[in-house]
Amino acid sequence: MAASRENAARKPRQEARPAASAPHQGTFFAWLAQHQVVAVDSLLRLAADWVSTLLTCAVIGIALALPLTLVLLLQNVQRYSGSVQHSGSLSLYMDERAQPALLSLVKQLQNDPAIASATLISPEEALAEFERESGLAEALGGLDANPLPPVIEVVPAIEDKAALAELLASLKTRPGVAEVEFDQLWVERLDAVLRFAERLALLLTVLLGSGVVLVIGNTVRLAIENRRAEIVVVKLVGGTDAYVARPFLYTGLWYGIGGAVIGCVLLQLGLLTLAGPLAQFIASYDGDFRFADLGFGGAFLVVAAAAGLGWLGAFVSVVQHLRSVEPR
Amino acid sequence: MIKFDNVSKRYPSGQEALSQVSFELDDGELAFLTGHSGAGKSTLLKLIMQIELPSSGQLFINGQNLVKLSRQHLPYYRRSIGLVFQDHQLLFDRSVYDNVALPLQISGYEPREASRRVRAALDKVGLLHKEAQNPITLSTGEQQRVGIARAVVNKPALLLADEPTGNLDPELAAEVMGLFEQFSQVGVTVLIASHDHNLIDKLHHHRRLRLEQGKLISGGKRRSKDPH
Repeated sequence: MAASRENAARKPRQEARPAASAPHQGTFFAWLAQHQVVAVDSLLRLAADWVSTLLTCAVIGIALALPLTLVLLLQNVQRYSGSVQHSGSLSLYMDERAQPALLSLVKQLQNDPAIASATLISPEEALAEFERESGLAEALGGLDANPLPPVIEVVPAIEDKAALAELLASLKTRPGVAEVEFDQLWVERLDAVLRFAERLALLLTVLLGSGVVLVIGNTVRLAIENRRAEIVVVKLVGGTDAYVARPFLYTGLWYGIGGAVIGCVLLQLGLLTLAGPLAQFIASYDGDFRFADLGFGGAFLVVAAAAGLGWLGAFVSVVQHLRSVEPR
Repeated sequence: MIKFDNVSKRYPSGQEALSQVSFELDDGELAFLTGHSGAGKSTLLKLIMQIELPSSGQLFINGQNLVKLSRQHLPYYRRSIGLVFQDHQLLFDRSVYDNVALPLQISGYEPREASRRVRAALDKVGLLHKEAQNPITLSTGEQQRVGIARAVVNKPALLLADEPTGNLDPELAAEVMGLFEQFSQVGVTVLIASHDHNLIDKLHHHRRLRLEQGKLISGGKRRSKDPH
């Protein structure tokens, strides 16, 4: 090198002088600028081929929207079921012969600290309600006598399961009580269904999330194929593996983000069609129900997660394929 | 700058592309690598670029033992070498400017410094006025000169050229050779693989390494008088 330096000094105006030093090379800002250039460049490349980019993003969007819809519906139903669990009520079916003692029993129950409210429903009221709700007024009118027993509806003031069981047992021993029905069964069934749906959502999320990784991985593989000549040249002029991989990793990232945006839009459209009937259904049990959508925070999380999946898909593809593209 | 010490290259097919090649090239020296096609010229260049690894022997470039070069350090080593291809290997998805700027982008130059160097390199090959064009619109000679600008933009200590005049008419070829001579004069070591005898004969004052069937049959001895 010493000789070359001397030579160089003799002709300082010549450009092609060998120089080992490269000013500003490898500084943090240069590195950052490089990332910015690559990020923008890979985005522009995707935009230039916008039709196929859109199609790929749509595939990713659909794959994301499916489990998201399920998860969101589930969350809403869970939120609702949480609120009904506490309002589970007990029905005391009374012996008809206990009729005279009914009112005093209701009074006693109302004074019990474990009980929030106790309401007497007389056979006449019960029949009238049944006629109204079942639409069988005419058929019921043909009955000689009212077959319905008097019922006391009890809403417990306690939530603890053991205490509830105790209350249940003590209510059964009260004089005149023929049968106690605890309105908890359907809540438990709903719980079981929700647990099943939760698993299903998890399974779908994992499956379709892997699908997203594979779709992006494959798309990136094609991009690597298309830029083979460029990769060879870049490797020959000293591009590191990280430099060669970078545009493809950004491509994966952009696909993930684009897919997530489309997925969120699809989700929102899907919820618009589902939310109406669902709200109606739930409102028939509970007057106050508002469907909760993703919101900005949720949408941001989805986009970030999809960006991660996109990066992962690209990374898998890059690790698999980039080393095979070598100068020959 | 270059030292081959008993270097052989045998391909997995059993073909011996180079056998026991030894020679040294000084800093700033310009030498031709000649021989028929299949004589091992390309293989020799590939060994220097570390596209291929030698089967036996030692290979030193700029004092660095290439046998001990790790894959991790390979890109940084390649940055010290300028490579001119026969088919120029330009990228048609970007401008002349961006083609020449590629090695600087890879090395992480700041845009302003890179811009200065790219313009200087393009000026050197006389194509500054075409920096914004796509290389596909240029003539073959111009494309080759863009390739040369890209090879020297990083100011490499060593410039390799594989049949750089193969696709050019004699006048353009002489012009390109003139460029190489200029680089050599400012201290760049230049090794040109070529079988263009007419051209080489005109530049007879330069050293010639002659390969035949993988063996170096002449030019292997150092001509330079000062033992570097």
